Amino acid sequence: MKRMQVFFRRLAALTRKEFCQMLREKSSFLMGVVLPLVLIFIIGYGMSLDVEHVPTAVVLEDTSPTARSAAGFAAGSRYFSPVYVHSLPEAEQLMRTHKVKMIVRFPADFTEQLYRGNGQIQLLLNGEEATTAMSGQAYVEAAVMSWAASREAAASGRGQVTAVPRVWFNDTNTSTWFFVPGILMLVLTISSVFLTAMVMAREWERGTFEALFVSPVRIMEIILAKVIPYFTVAMVGMLLCLTAGRLLYDLPMRGSMVLIIGESMLFLVIALGIGLVISALTKNQYLACQVALLVSFLPTVMLSGFLFDLHSQPWGVQLVSRLLPMTYYLALMKSLFLSGNYWPLIVKNTLILLGYALLFIGLAFYLTRKKVE
Amino acid sequence: MQLTAGLRLFWQHLLFLCQKEMLALIKDPRMRFMLIAPPIIQGLIFGYAANYNLDKVPYALVDESHSSASREFAAHLDGSDSFQRVVTLDSPSQLAQYVDSGDIIMGIVIPRDFAAVLSRGGQAPVQIITDGKNSSIAGIASGYAGRVIAAWNQERSGGRSGISVVSRTWYNPNQLTKWNFLPGLIAMISFVQVILLSGMSIAKEREQGTFDQLLVTPLSPPEILIGKALPPMLVGLFQSTALFLISLLWFQIPFNGSLAALYLTLLIFVLSATGIGLIISSISQNMQQVLVYVLVFLMPMILLSGIATPVDNMPEFLQLLTYMDPMRFAADAVRRIYTEGAGLGEVAWDFVPMLAVAAVTLPVAGWLFRHKVL
Amino acid sequence: MPEAKTELVIEAQGLTKIFTPKKLPQVTALDSISLQVPAGRLTALVGPDGAGKTTLMRLITGLMDRDAGSLRVVGLDVEEHTQAVQDVLSYMPQKFGLYEDLSIQENLNLYADLHGMSEEARQVRFAYLLDLMGLSAFRGRIAGKLSGGMKQKLGLACTLVSAPKLLLLDEPTAGVDPLSRRELWSILRQLVAREQLSVFVSTAYMDEAALCSLVYVLNQGRILAGGTPGELQDIARGRCYRVAPPEGIPTRILQCELLEDAGVTDAVPVGGKVHFILRETQGKAGLLERHRLTAEPAPERLEDAFMILLERDSRKKRQQPGLDAREQDLISAFAAEKKAVPVDIEVRDLVRKFGDFTAVSHTSFQVRQGEVFGLLGPNGAGKTTTFRMLCGLLPATSGELRVAGVNLRRAVTKARANIGYVAQKFSLYEKLTVYENLRFFGGAYGIPVGELENRIQEIMREFHLTERQAQAAESLPGGYKQRLSMAAALIHKPKILFLDEPTSGIDPLARRTFWQQITRLAAGGTTIIITTHFMDEAEYCDRMMIQDHGELLILGQPGDIRRRLQMPEADMNEIFIAIVEKARQQAKEESGT
Repeated sequence: MKRMQVFFRRLAALTRKEFCQMLREKSSFLMGVVLPLVLIFIIGYGMSLDVEHVPTAVVLEDTSPTARSAAGFAAGSRYFSPVYVHSLPEAEQLMRTHKVKMIVRFPADFTEQLYRGNGQIQLLLNGEEATTAMSGQAYVEAAVMSWAASREAAASGRGQVTAVPRVWFNDTNTSTWFFVPGILMLVLTISSVFLTAMVMAREWERGTFEALFVSPVRIMEIILAKVIPYFTVAMVGMLLCLTAGRLLYDLPMRGSMVLIIGESMLFLVIALGIGLVISALTKNQYLACQVALLVSFLPTVMLSGFLFDLHSQPWGVQLVSRLLPMTYYLALMKSLFLSGNYWPLIVKNTLILLGYALLFIGLAFYLTRKKVE
Repeated sequence: MQLTAGLRLFWQHLLFLCQKEMLALIKDPRMRFMLIAPPIIQGLIFGYAANYNLDKVPYALVDESHSSASREFAAHLDGSDSFQRVVTLDSPSQLAQYVDSGDIIMGIVIPRDFAAVLSRGGQAPVQIITDGKNSSIAGIASGYAGRVIAAWNQERSGGRSGISVVSRTWYNPNQLTKWNFLPGLIAMISFVQVILLSGMSIAKEREQGTFDQLLVTPLSPPEILIGKALPPMLVGLFQSTALFLISLLWFQIPFNGSLAALYLTLLIFVLSATGIGLIISSISQNMQQVLVYVLVFLMPMILLSGIATPVDNMPEFLQLLTYMDPMRFAADAVRRIYTEGAGLGEVAWDFVPMLAVAAVTLPVAGWLFRHKVL
Repeated sequence: MPEAKTELVIEAQGLTKIFTPKKLPQVTALDSISLQVPAGRLTALVGPDGAGKTTLMRLITGLMDRDAGSLRVVGLDVEEHTQAVQDVLSYMPQKFGLYEDLSIQENLNLYADLHGMSEEARQVRFAYLLDLMGLSAFRGRIAGKLSGGMKQKLGLACTLVSAPKLLLLDEPTAGVDPLSRRELWSILRQLVAREQLSVFVSTAYMDEAALCSLVYVLNQGRILAGGTPGELQDIARGRCYRVAPPEGIPTRILQCELLEDAGVTDAVPVGGKVHFILRETQGKAGLLERHRLTAEPAPERLEDAFMILLERDSRKKRQQPGLDAREQDLISAFAAEKKAVPVDIEVRDLVRKFGDFTAVSHTSFQVRQGEVFGLLGPNGAGKTTTFRMLCGLLPATSGELRVAGVNLRRAVTKARANIGYVAQKFSLYEKLTVYENLRFFGGAYGIPVGELENRIQEIMREFHLTERQAQAAESLPGGYKQRLSMAAALIHKPKILFLDEPTSGIDPLARRTFWQQITRLAAGGTTIIITTHFMDEAEYCDRMMIQDHGELLILGQPGDIRRRLQMPEADMNEIFIAIVEKARQQAKEESGT
């Protein structure tokens, strides 16, 4: 009983000190509060993979009603914003100067060939943006095919299949909803890994640990006192992101709020653990920052499924992704935000995250000793 | 006479200063690591992981029709290269768990009356359900499905009056995302390194106490500033070159432009980045602040650069904001030079914002250096 | 040796610590040492740089693990009961880890909380300590804004909040001015007397060690001797002499010559004379006979014993990186050269303000060519500001500054070509080798590329750096770093050399060598401006000035100043304290009336 009391008193003293230092250093405010807001704003508003209103040059070398009807798909669709030109060179000039991103060309003999069963439409795409090219091609092909099929069907009287697309979980089908859970992860990782790694490394570097170690302080108290303030900052950052996501982007939170926050706290423990491990290994601010950048920022963005879907990755990349705690947290967040409480996934990923938390916190305690060498 | 002597001294000062900076970089094993590792690691990650392409769509089939027509339709789906059937289900209600667990990203539901409607000559609706948690993937997958269905329709109608779309994609025939990312990264990698190194340069000397020793030498403030600016620029160009070689030789992305145009673009770009870095260096008291500022500046600039997502997709006011981001224009110019083989004339407009940024940041850095640092 | 009956707070037997750095040969930092520190007393640990003092401290605190031997602290084995030991002792590392962004009060609160002090006990203790340290008025001030001496006192206060069983201090007075140093020691002695505190302190100052009841001498990881200051002092008995220099010759010239005499172990200027130790009891200094000087026996000091012990241990004459070989000795040379010397530095009515605060107020002085000029003063007196203005690192608020005939306000860059600068802390590029550092500074000072190579070789020979030229600066031993700093500052043969506390943190041996170099440089016509905390070093200066609170207190030759103060035999430490205290007293009276 007495021991607990002593423990908490020392912990409170150290934590107070950390808060004091944190509040006096404006850079932690920048990282903890300003950066999350900037990120959620830019990513939420600015980043979009949705291909719509693709500027398209339509070259009607064949001006027959058939060709016009075939080209009709471009006008009504939200996917295209067509520009009609008369010659291919003209269109190519537009594409070269990036005024349009694709060219749909109906050759002069289009109608003639069509009746011979050999109708050809030429589609030219700019591969400089592969995503746009890919989607554009799919849109055009589908539109042309369905035009042809309906024409055929009308003639032959045979039934045909129509696709009725439905997108689950993302009613408006915007990438914003898909990005916001990722921003949450980014904010948690960056502010906690970086800030903890830096403040621990700073104490090693400035030699302030030496006198502190030779006192009744236990290493557990030192580590906890470092963790608590930055845990708080990261939570503030996360709540800011949640609020912004809700207010600015109408992000649905179909899963339970308790779970969203609980899992985030669990992930935060992992991120803080990583920060502690980095600082214990480097004991140097500059190096700690570089390592933190390399192990936290890049994998978070590139490998966790934040930007790139994991299904189509080569096995090597998938393997690395599956080793990262971020991947599991992100899958969990996306599911909780957009689809709801799906228990098998929640249980599985929570267990994996718990394992990582134990691993990194354990490692941090193992590596941080009251010794100087 | 005096002028030439002054000029000789100026060049000598610069030479020795740059030599010293480069030595200090190369001598430090950590720094050596930071020079070589990022291009390789990031090159590999971007080359392999940066992939918006979707090779095989894992999907689930719900066949409520159980007819020969539905089986034929399903076989057609499986026969195309784009789809991989993970599971076959009896009712649409079973789809949810597979989508939730991430095993499939698409469900195709063939309705009970599928065969009947078809034989009647009517329109048989097939439901394409996609997982909107990743909207771009969802869009691509349903695009694939639409394409396959259209082709099937055509085949069924006898293919008598076949129509085909002959597609050709300029510069990137297989529409691979890495062909876009890696050239963009050529610009990005030097940006990060230049800002970080030039940002650190003064703060590091100040923290290690060598700055005073430098200031008591007859080196003039402009000489010191230029001496601090050149080595990061060289390092940036070196890393860009490394990434260029990785793209060209390892990932075999054909280079269509001219080297002169590429390097002129990079040079103008690193110049503007150096200005930003030196400003950060002048206003920071220690290395920790430098790191925080760099991170806070860098992340939005990378996000707004159009490397990850196209600038055209951004709302108007953010697009305006990107005019202050030299990386947007560098990434654009480098991509066009690399993949499209654009000449200097075609990318010249990209130079204007970069030069403008350099023209503002460099004098400001000089002013800050004289008034805040000295 | 302490009697067996007294309680021991530290007991070491055969204590050994070996470092095995990567890629380098292993170093035996402590080689089977044995020592005993009694309770309730002050015990000192003295030794040159790199002797192993800090390593021993860290072993005692449990911050490092030993490789062999036994070590009991307050009766407990340190390795087995690390936490129990750490609970009852306090440790002030060399670079005390004050939290610079916290205030004095917050720093104290932290340590009081960690030791679990009650609110009432805390108030009493804080008031007592702050009063003792003279910090009561500054409770709310941020620690990072305190002067060096105040920081040390605050560090000491932090380690003392809990009344520890054993207090360990690792060079607590390094870089602290004489006034603060004296205050710190009087605080320590009061605490020992009042609270029966046991203190184990390492120091580079022999006068501090002399205040302790027991002294251990550590060199190269071994204990050379241990005993009361009196016992140790006896080692030098009968070997110490003093001699006055011939008329018109500065004491440092005579000292420099004596140091090179085969019959002399050590020589230092003291009170206008040169205090020296003869190599053997019956040894003779040939030099004195040549110049017909007579020496009289002098009382031995602890420092003399220390120098003898170190010499015995190394068994060879110290290495003396001299300048070029000379035809005639310095005394004759100096006596022959009697002509008017031009003025190299002229300062008139110099003022520097930082906001409302006046760091340097209306100061005027001149320095002549070839002079060694000392800038002295307590921490925060304005001497660093003056110094930085002279080097052109800081613009003056008003007043005139001419260095080597160039007005600093107009042509700083031009003036810089004529000056060399050695910073307080080693401040060359650590990753670069000796050669690369010299090459950079040579180039930066505008030595033409064609001549640079020769000049580098020449200066490396002068400072005995040639065999280390390919070594990275960071891996050099302390003495070599000092020489490299000098070489880099002198590579362009400057007319004026600025030295900012060049000797702080280096041991007496290296200091002697350093001053020999300075003496030769000055004899060669280089003007030397130096700041220092070692008041005995003021004896080396031709002239010196003492500043406090930005005001110039006194300016003149050491001998003159002695005469003016009517303290003919006093050492510089006493003179310094007398001057500064008198000035502060006056200031207080003026503000009072």
